[in-house]
Amino acid sequence: MFTGASQFAFVGVIGAGGSPWAGAATAALLGTRNALYGLRLASLLSVRGPRRLVASQLVIDETTAMAIARDQPDLSRFAFWATGVALFSLWNLGTLIGALATHALPDPKVLGFDAAPPAAFLALLAPRLRAREPLAIAFAAALVALIALPFVPAGVPLLIVAVIVVLYGVRSR
Amino acid sequence: MTWAALLVAAGVCYAIKLAGLSLPQRFLKDPRIQRTVPLLPVALLAALIATQTFASGQHLVLDVRAAALGVAAIAVLLRAPFLIVVAAGAATAALLRLAL
Repeated sequence: MFTGASQFAFVGVIGAGGSPWAGAATAALLGTRNALYGLRLASLLSVRGPRRLVASQLVIDETTAMAIARDQPDLSRFAFWATGVALFSLWNLGTLIGALATHALPDPKVLGFDAAPPAAFLALLAPRLRAREPLAIAFAAALVALIALPFVPAGVPLLIVAVIVVLYGVRSR
Repeated sequence: MTWAALLVAAGVCYAIKLAGLSLPQRFLKDPRIQRTVPLLPVALLAALIATQTFASGQHLVLDVRAAALGVAAIAVLLRAPFLIVVAAGAATAALLRLAL
């Protein structure tokens, strides 16, 4: 899995005591936006065969942003591959270091590490809130999740929120 | 079971990306897909923030994590880079626990 928000969400749901399958569903739903990125990138990259299989794994927020910001196709392709390869290597190297280093750390709460994921999610969310509708949806989603939380197993509030927002998106207007 | 779920999630996340590069362009033009897909991460990230800040297990709680989120929000408003936002949140929680 190479798509940051999904990775954080998977770990977050399990860390909160949720079922791994609720974590998997949340991760997959968060990953759906990559399909839209792929649709936009397809004509820019025009990759076929094995190259498409490799390029697919690199379709994420950052590579899409870098690729569509160029106005020449060859620069777009270069931006996509350069960003993708650099991020993929460093991200996974960082993940490996983190996985190995946690054993050397004391109680994560002492370092405030339990407050780090929400801060990270907020940093990922903020750029998507530049209009009134997403802002309202963000607050409504947070409220629905908190209302549902005491009554359903951990991780399930996120799935309830996902179902509601899909119904909203498909039905309105 | 955790590893099985992880492998399935990784496979689905990859398949979604491959589908994006492979599906015909007309899917992009469907207004319902155009509207709904960008809203999903907004709603899910907001719900994740709420549940990871104001809950302990299945109980709603208000503790130092709320203050940490507030400080992270200020960092976001000041356009601080990603790592600074995360570090500000974690440091706030750590310092408040030390002080209280």
